[in-house]
Amino acid sequence: MRIFVCIKQVPDTETKIKLKADQSSIEESGIKWIVNPYDEFAIEEALKLKEAVGQGQVTLVSVGPKARVVDALRTGLAMGADDALIVDTSTPLDNLLTAQSLAAVIKSEGPPAMIFLGRQSIDMGVSATGPMLAEVLGLPHASLVSKFSHEEGVSRIEREVEGGSKEVLEITGPAVITANKGLNTPRYASLPGIMKAKKKPLKEMSLADLGFNSEQNKVHLTNFKMPPEKPPVKMISGEANQQAQELVKALREEAKVL
Amino acid sequence: MNKIFVFCEMSGDRIKKSSLELLTAARKSGHPIVTGALGPGSENLKEFLQNYGVTTHYFNGSAELKHYNPELYSPMVVEMLKSSEASIVLASSSLMNRDLFARVAAKLDLACINDCTELNLQEDDLGLRRPLYSGKCSAQVRIKEDSQRIILMRPNQLPVENFSDSASVELKELAIPSVDLKTVIKEVVKGTSERLDLTEANIIVSGGRGMGGPENFKILEDLADTLGATVGASRAVVDAGWVPHNMQVGQTGKTVAPSLYIACGVSGAIQHLAGMSSSKVIVAINKDPEAPIFQKATYGIVGDVFEIVPKLTEEFKKVLS
Repeated sequence: MRIFVCIKQVPDTETKIKLKADQSSIEESGIKWIVNPYDEFAIEEALKLKEAVGQGQVTLVSVGPKARVVDALRTGLAMGADDALIVDTSTPLDNLLTAQSLAAVIKSEGPPAMIFLGRQSIDMGVSATGPMLAEVLGLPHASLVSKFSHEEGVSRIEREVEGGSKEVLEITGPAVITANKGLNTPRYASLPGIMKAKKKPLKEMSLADLGFNSEQNKVHLTNFKMPPEKPPVKMISGEANQQAQELVKALREEAKVL
Repeated sequence: MNKIFVFCEMSGDRIKKSSLELLTAARKSGHPIVTGALGPGSENLKEFLQNYGVTTHYFNGSAELKHYNPELYSPMVVEMLKSSEASIVLASSSLMNRDLFARVAAKLDLACINDCTELNLQEDDLGLRRPLYSGKCSAQVRIKEDSQRIILMRPNQLPVENFSDSASVELKELAIPSVDLKTVIKEVVKGTSERLDLTEANIIVSGGRGMGGPENFKILEDLADTLGATVGASRAVVDAGWVPHNMQVGQTGKTVAPSLYIACGVSGAIQHLAGMSSSKVIVAINKDPEAPIFQKATYGIVGDVFEIVPKLTEEFKKVLS
């Protein structure tokens, strides 16, 4: 059973974002890079599926600058994935070109039994790569998945839908699954795992190897800005009754939000 | 002239407010408008849509489309977009649309931008801006001018206005594709509340570790009921298992931008602040005067949430009744 997990490396959630002087992008120096937290759920679910089936191969795929993304892949390999593929590009790709590149890698590697991704990356937060990948590969997909089991070719899935509701569905055959928080608790990489990861196969390729180039990006981000400065907070003092009355009055008459 | 396609998302037999925001923007732009909607109720929108000057409406009101199945919805929306010949496609950036339009865009080899907070239909580049890193910064978005540009707008960014045109709306019913479905929806389990999703809510009441325990979220529920708000939470309390993860606001949860965000006992970790600081008005109630949340707040109260929140509820009840 061939299971693919597509992962992205992102700035740690505690990162304070700074912009380059020309506002063309964020300043990357000093950033601590981590595996996108939702992708850790994806890796864990792939490993669990392989364990449940009793055999298989979990392959990680990532698109990004090799020099740093290799660390994210080694982390996934240390968790227990079998091998990794990297599409080396220093230019960030838009979602569609990312999905098309991932699809090309997966096609060249052999038919997937299942593909896992995180529900979204915490940097761009678009949540489109999973469904786009499914469309390019002609596979069904389920996003925001919080429960997953697979038996005799049928996946039983619970996913989040709007307003705190849950949808229960079944998908037959290979599918693209995007992992939500709550799906599982990702395992930590053990010390032997980390040692073993160093010897696991890590294959690299270029966009050109896949027949693409970054000029095919359709989306361009420019003119980066920090959020507008907030005026200083207005503190409301006094005893509780008075504070409550004053706040309600301010919200109605001054802020006019009620 | 640009023709604009607006995808109208249904809630029961009505069009959601977030879609009305887009219909309003399209109508005000003066460009011709085409609409599409799927599921029960989508067949009965003619009279409503003529007010907005809609020329053509694509629909299918079948009960089979009550719940979103990507395998049925995406080929139908692809069909709508091809047939409409619109150059701009607008939809709200809801959970469903983010999923649906990603597939649609991939099928048509088009770009799809979601969660936009700024849109100007008079400008060639559409004046798009989008938050990044959950709002820690934002960027202008330029889309290569393909045949169609798909833009998903964050809810609550644009006003809703009523119009009273009397356009003749041409109705076009699309057939449900006869495909061998791999996906079967078994059931939809309703959440405990009937409140709006956090990403669409106009008012959010949010609780952090200062709430002390899951049982105390009751006072936030009461306040939310009074205000017609949705209840959210910080990562700390979600990780502690007090509330389900779909309530989490922040960079690893939901990015929200309501008109009013009331943070109760939330200290304000960077990743939480990133997810909510674009709210229009922020109220922070916390017993620690040094809590970082106060730096992002419009109004701050240093005090005991268990004392202040019930009093607030009482006070709102008085003035809102």
